[in-house]
Amino acid sequence: MRHIISILLENESGALSRVAGLFSARAYNIESLAVAPTDDPTLSRMTLVTSGTEEIIEQINKQLNKLIDVVKLVDLTEGTHIERELMLIKIHATSESMAEIERLAEIFHGRIIDKTDTTCTLEVTGNGEKLDAFVESLSSMTICEVVRSGILGISRGEHVLD
Amino acid sequence: MELTGAEIIIECLKAESVEYVFGYPGGAVLHIYDAFYKQDDVKHILVRHEQGATHAADGYARSTGKPGVVLVTSGPGATNAVTGIATAYMDSIPMIIITGQVPKHLIGNDAFQEVDSVGITRPIVKHNFLVGDVKDLARIFKQAFYVATTGRPGPVVIDIPKDITANKTEFLYPEEIRMRSYNPTVKGHPGQIKRAVDVILAAERPMIYTGGGVILGNGSEQLRKFTRKLGYPITQTLMGLGAFPATDKLSLGMLGMHGTYEANMGMHNCDVLIAIGARFDDRVTGQLEKFCPEATIIHVDIDPASISKNVRVDIPIVGQVAQVLDDFLVELQKTEKTPKASALDAWWKQIDEWRSQDCLKYDRDSDIIKPQFVIEQMYAVTEGKAFVTSDVGQHQMFAAQYYGFDEPRRWINSGGLGTMGFGMPAAMGVQLAHPNDLVTCITGEASIQMCIQELATCRQYNLPLKIINLNNRYMGMVRQWQEFFYEKRYAMSYMEALPDFVKLAESYGHVGIKVEKPADVRPALEEAIAQKDRLVFLDFITDQEENVYPMVPAGGGLNEMILV
Repeated sequence: MRHIISILLENESGALSRVAGLFSARAYNIESLAVAPTDDPTLSRMTLVTSGTEEIIEQINKQLNKLIDVVKLVDLTEGTHIERELMLIKIHATSESMAEIERLAEIFHGRIIDKTDTTCTLEVTGNGEKLDAFVESLSSMTICEVVRSGILGISRGEHVLD
Repeated sequence: MELTGAEIIIECLKAESVEYVFGYPGGAVLHIYDAFYKQDDVKHILVRHEQGATHAADGYARSTGKPGVVLVTSGPGATNAVTGIATAYMDSIPMIIITGQVPKHLIGNDAFQEVDSVGITRPIVKHNFLVGDVKDLARIFKQAFYVATTGRPGPVVIDIPKDITANKTEFLYPEEIRMRSYNPTVKGHPGQIKRAVDVILAAERPMIYTGGGVILGNGSEQLRKFTRKLGYPITQTLMGLGAFPATDKLSLGMLGMHGTYEANMGMHNCDVLIAIGARFDDRVTGQLEKFCPEATIIHVDIDPASISKNVRVDIPIVGQVAQVLDDFLVELQKTEKTPKASALDAWWKQIDEWRSQDCLKYDRDSDIIKPQFVIEQMYAVTEGKAFVTSDVGQHQMFAAQYYGFDEPRRWINSGGLGTMGFGMPAAMGVQLAHPNDLVTCITGEASIQMCIQELATCRQYNLPLKIINLNNRYMGMVRQWQEFFYEKRYAMSYMEALPDFVKLAESYGHVGIKVEKPADVRPALEEAIAQKDRLVFLDFITDQEENVYPMVPAGGGLNEMILV
């Protein structure tokens, strides 16, 4: 099953490679990983999407907790949560295709953030499925580049990881 | 007053009451060696290879419970230490490894003797640090010692760029340390402890299974009280031997791949398994699907990640072994319930029947020296009181099976990583920690050659080890597997071109004795021990094709042993 693990870790050099190294050393999956400092600059917040059996997920949680740099973690999929991903996508665009691009952008609540004579760049946010669907909707066009942030997650309601 | 980084390192080691540092100098650590030169409080032991330094510090740590300290230079100094760091990591041994690093401005430049030590050691340490500022040095040392010695212990690497050892700052060693991301659990959950004690007392076919965690957690005394109070059978892993006395009738010996018949059958048939400070290693469990099929499993461990990792546990208890056992004892005192006497009688009858199989029998009348015979004679001559280190292979298993350890921290071997070359350098650390005790190293002609250079270190520091070389001219365990599973195709397991070990020992300034007849075994051992101040290398020419029995073959359950 797919799990989203949200981790608070010390914002120190090497902390990220400890987490990444743990996953490769123990042959766990990483589907996506996003990390950046929080409002407290000594802490980073990481959102990690992984999958595995219940036993493997339990081990992943325990092994992550064992890392000295990990302050706290929560498996967001255990409760209700919100997940978002940001995608930047550059497509080949001519004056004829622009109307269609604008129409699709509107449907997917995307925004055009750059435009040249031959290209158009859009930003779209949503969960992974929505972004997949947006890419799919552009299948008749030429996609030059796709950049995705990986999933970010936060729990609903008053739950806070601190 | 301001001190240099190098001087601060010495002060930190003093503050942590470090007696010995095992190391080897080189460019990146010259400032530190200069600081060593100017003081006498912390003694430096010069090894002949960095691997030897790590194993010596490891032996020191295992035999004392105090952290072992290593100092090596950057690049090859650090990479040579890697095997020893991994060895300590796999067996949860508290160690501090100080590695020199190229100056900060050269890091990442492919500088001379530069290697990413923090990156290389990351998967084999409990934690590691790259020091970025001389002002952080004292705090990092305090944290390193704290992390290495608390919770589930382990090695910690401190990588120090050369310029930092020359930079100056005020020295202030922190009195206390608090880390928001590291708070090991001490006490077990009271509700779980009550539940466990109820299950323990309701057992009809109980089995206590303990591991190295009891020794690391200094829980031996509590384990004895607990086991004797219940009168339950106990089996110990390779790493746990000595926590409970081998000579006690409740002890069934070691379990696992080369465990005794009674221990493995007891495990397979028990209805309640009480696992304490053990981690259900694959060499212990055999085929997981066949492991303890009828048992309710209680597992006490300091490391939550060890619980339900390989085997699903019914009652997990996270806490320090000694503390949890104390709580068990209090609970046993409080409750009116008692062990089930008649069921236990029947269980012990069954166990005694398994015992009568005498699974460790061997040909005692052989006119070739049997390796088991050497260990038995050694046990007799040393009255079971020696410190025994070992290398890895058949001799290690024979030592574990035939030398009955009655005390913890006497049996020192590389169980998790299985590092050949561990035995002699580890014995050096043990001997330095216990200068007046008899320290022996049981080894084989293959393993001993992996760190043979340390014979020079033994000479330099007058370490009077007794080296018991069980010389069968084969990598015995490799040959045994080839005999059983590869139709005796002995690929590369024969030891050609062996040195004359007697002359080799003599050339290093030691005493060498070659023993070829069973009748000479005991006198040779006695003579070696009588030479109190000398290292004696005993080269026993043993049966070439003796095997270690019992054996649980790969894929087998613990009840599926090959017996002699």
